[in-house]
Amino acid sequence: MLTVLAPGPLTTVQDRGRPGLGGIGVGRSGAADRASAALANRLVGDDVSAAVLECTLGGLVVRAETDLLAVTTGARCPGSPVHCAPGLLRAGTVLDLGTPPSGLRTYLAVRGGVDVAPVLGSRSTDVLSGLGPAPLRAGDVLPVGAPSGRLPGVDVAPVADPPAGPLTVRLLPGPRADWLTAAALRLLGSAPWTVTADSNRVGLRLAGPALERRVSGELPSEGLVRGALQVPPSGAPVLFLADAPVTGGYPVAGYVADDDVDRCAQLRPGQELRLRS
Amino acid sequence: MRVLPSGSSALLVELDDLDAVLGFTAALLDRALPGVADVVPAARTVLVVTDGDPAGVRADLERLPWRPGRRGSGERVELPVHYDGADLAAVAELLGTDPDGLVAAHAGREWTVAFCGFAPGFGYCTPDTDPWDVPRLTSPRTRVPAGAVGLAGGFTGVYPRESPGGWQLVGRTDVAVFDLARDPAALLRPGVRVRFVPC
Repeated sequence: MLTVLAPGPLTTVQDRGRPGLGGIGVGRSGAADRASAALANRLVGDDVSAAVLECTLGGLVVRAETDLLAVTTGARCPGSPVHCAPGLLRAGTVLDLGTPPSGLRTYLAVRGGVDVAPVLGSRSTDVLSGLGPAPLRAGDVLPVGAPSGRLPGVDVAPVADPPAGPLTVRLLPGPRADWLTAAALRLLGSAPWTVTADSNRVGLRLAGPALERRVSGELPSEGLVRGALQVPPSGAPVLFLADAPVTGGYPVAGYVADDDVDRCAQLRPGQELRLRS
Repeated sequence: MRVLPSGSSALLVELDDLDAVLGFTAALLDRALPGVADVVPAARTVLVVTDGDPAGVRADLERLPWRPGRRGSGERVELPVHYDGADLAAVAELLGTDPDGLVAAHAGREWTVAFCGFAPGFGYCTPDTDPWDVPRLTSPRTRVPAGAVGLAGGFTGVYPRESPGGWQLVGRTDVAVFDLARDPAALLRPGVRVRFVPC
């Protein structure tokens, strides 16, 4: 068991989400940085589908109520003695995550996984649809499940911290690239974009040059997945993350390569993003 | 039919109209193509989410036999409705009838769930004949109760939970169209045939 003493700005339970339910209007959700969440599970010897805690900008304080093998991955918070290096938290130990100097999301895995009740097959909180457990609050007691794999015998995972500076990711074609002018499409793949403060698990709002649309009409809503770069009439693109809506009514001009979406999920407001085709 | 790229894992199939969406979706759901992880129909498109190999799935999609229109078979759902919606009289007048006439027409036709959107379990139901064209409210309601039955455009739908909403309300059902404790959680899934029964 794990008791939440403070959740920080936002801590949610996350796993691999709810794939395959888009047809009934349920988005996938799941860890925003899937690679970091999967690494955390591997380091404590759990299946990658086990649920972990996703802590946004540090501030999470938890107390182990039993001896727990734990690890943190993603944004490196001061105060974590187990970052990318699984270690035992003895019963009564308090883990107090400070603010990470770079990156946004830290994943805390405990061996056995966070065993809250699943909703539609997943323990993930979807902040857009409201499905899944509520964001954590002080006083929450989280059950820990049974281990779902063998310990890997790894002391330290040599993983680079998320960068504090500009990030460059791969840009792939989107279905409605032809709704932008040729100049706007070039800008999308060359301009520096700044992540704005009104970004969350649903998506990153990007500030930069306005993208001029060639087609001004309305688009009937159509399906999208994370990584979609949607261009609303304002011309400021939105990069959708884990809690993306199932469908959207603005043209999707491009996509960030799926692996790179994990890295985008570590971007903080003010950080620069470049898209390269 | 045009198959458009959608990043690393998905393909967007663009079709001529809603009838084509109904037919293509039905064929896809029947066939369960290898490598397809999710099928998300919408008004003019079907998003096909793959396990990570869109190129492989693309060839199968282009070879998939299908024809536009509803499937003859398919699951059927009956929803008892109290036709006492706040907009019933206004919508009836708009469609050139009276409330009784609108109820008879709404309950007298068979609807098919074409796609879901707006909220989990909100199915956009299209009629088998003569779709109406009902405008949305100019000012959406801030609170529409769960179970409210509404009309918008050519569609009818049931609000799965309390939410804001701009559809014109003609009635309400006591049946939970989206229930997390039930399997399946959503009653109104793409392809399901729906009849509304006055009660």
